[in-house]
Amino acid sequence: MALVNEWAYIGLFFAVAWIFPLLPIIGARFLAPAKPNVIKQSTYECGVETVGDTWVQFKVQYYIYGLIFLVFDVEIIFLFPWALAYNQLDFFGFAAGLLFIFFLFDALVYAWRKDALEWL
Amino acid sequence: MDTVCSINNLARCLVEGGFSPDLANLLTLLGGVVLVATIPLVTVIFLIWIERKVAARVQDRIGPNRVGPVGLLQTVADALKMLTKEDITPTGADKFIYNLAPVIAFATVILMWAVVPFTPLHIGADVGIGVLYFMAVASIGTVKIMVAGWSSNNKYALLGAFRTIAQLLSYEVPLVLSLLIPVMLAGTMSLQGITEAQGGMWYLFIAPVAAFLFYVANLAETGRAPFDLLEAESEIIAGYNIEYSGFKWGMFMASEFLHAFTAALFFAIIFMGGWWGPFVQEVPLLGALYLVGKTAIVYVFGLVLRATVPRVRIDQLMALNWKFLVPLAIANVLVIAFLIQVLKALGLMPVPGSDIIAHLPMTVVMLLGNLAIIAVAMQVLRNQGREEKMAQEARTAARQQRVVKEVRTPAGAPVGD
Repeated sequence: MALVNEWAYIGLFFAVAWIFPLLPIIGARFLAPAKPNVIKQSTYECGVETVGDTWVQFKVQYYIYGLIFLVFDVEIIFLFPWALAYNQLDFFGFAAGLLFIFFLFDALVYAWRKDALEWL
Repeated sequence: MDTVCSINNLARCLVEGGFSPDLANLLTLLGGVVLVATIPLVTVIFLIWIERKVAARVQDRIGPNRVGPVGLLQTVADALKMLTKEDITPTGADKFIYNLAPVIAFATVILMWAVVPFTPLHIGADVGIGVLYFMAVASIGTVKIMVAGWSSNNKYALLGAFRTIAQLLSYEVPLVLSLLIPVMLAGTMSLQGITEAQGGMWYLFIAPVAAFLFYVANLAETGRAPFDLLEAESEIIAGYNIEYSGFKWGMFMASEFLHAFTAALFFAIIFMGGWWGPFVQEVPLLGALYLVGKTAIVYVFGLVLRATVPRVRIDQLMALNWKFLVPLAIANVLVIAFLIQVLKALGLMPVPGSDIIAHLPMTVVMLLGNLAIIAVAMQVLRNQGREEKMAQEARTAARQQRVVKEVRTPAGAPVGD
């Protein structure tokens, strides 16, 4: 029951956390003036007119960082159960963790040697 | 039964007052939710004031001092003003997502407070995976900036969003790796459990490297100086929130301040013993006071840092993370894991719930291990710095030589004149 209550709390919190920031935004809709015109609604780029489409392609570098991040993030999720039970593990548990983290580090070294970490 | 109804026995009181148990339970939960969710809303008003005051002091100014006593109500006045400002949506923007972004921004920061242990007795929800919950909710922050920057249809905002991908994703790796250490030491992922495990000794002293990594990564995650690249005013004007105005812009600002404070709060919980302090077992409510005090120290340190340190360049930012912080975090995990095994073999691991004396041998060993990591890291940095300096000097010397040669024999000068 207690466990259900904890998650029910989080669930309710989720709803309330969304309502709280919505209230002033809706309130501002009634209080704030609304006199839109073309110039006001144009894109703000320091008075210079926008050239070309905004939604351009990503530079590949960002994509590579995203990939390396993904490798780490997934592996770290596997490390958390290991860390959680670490007090009960013997030296073999440490060795297994060492091996796993070695693979993690290996990925980093590979990316490093391939110059994937350089900002070009 | 004639008991005084308070927040601790609200559910029972309601049942006695004629409510059905389920409804009473729900109402109690809702009351707790609204109470905990209101705390950050009130806090943020004063945070902005503190931030402005500290920045002003560092820059030898007075800061806000007109509205209310010592300017305390300045933020309230600002909020009221923002409510009456016109809300402009640029023509090219993706309207639904554009309006959603500020709500996501603020909601995610409030959500983090659901698992904060304020005192030994008062915690929103003591979920078993508190640490994981913190990480998961905190990383939605990446989404809000991405969404805001992408939907604004503005190139500066898009640049801010691009930098978000690079910066926030990257710094999440050392953040998460540093969180492994407290989990390993406490043997639990519940934040209440981690706090309780620090009764003997703060993790700040047992694992200072992990604390450092957590602090630096959080600075970057919250987009604070010196890592405020995603909204660098002098480069991309304001970054992701440039097109926002009125209260939606205010939402972004407030969520940014609150996120920084929340990060400091979690630092205090995970590494500085949370609510632990003198007499906290007898008077649990004192715990909240200690927690706020510890958080304030961490937060004000961040403010002074923000006011004094210049912004880093993006290549430096990425190099610092991937070539220094991540290897350091991995080495840290391994060294701490090894030391725990050694301490266990020696029988020096303190039993849970023991006092500071029992923790001393372990702390000393851990501190020495951490100092070793720091020494090696500093040596690596020094070598790297020396190499870079020599390469720089070699380049300068080569350029000078070329200039001298060109001066002696100017190009195009008639030969044999």
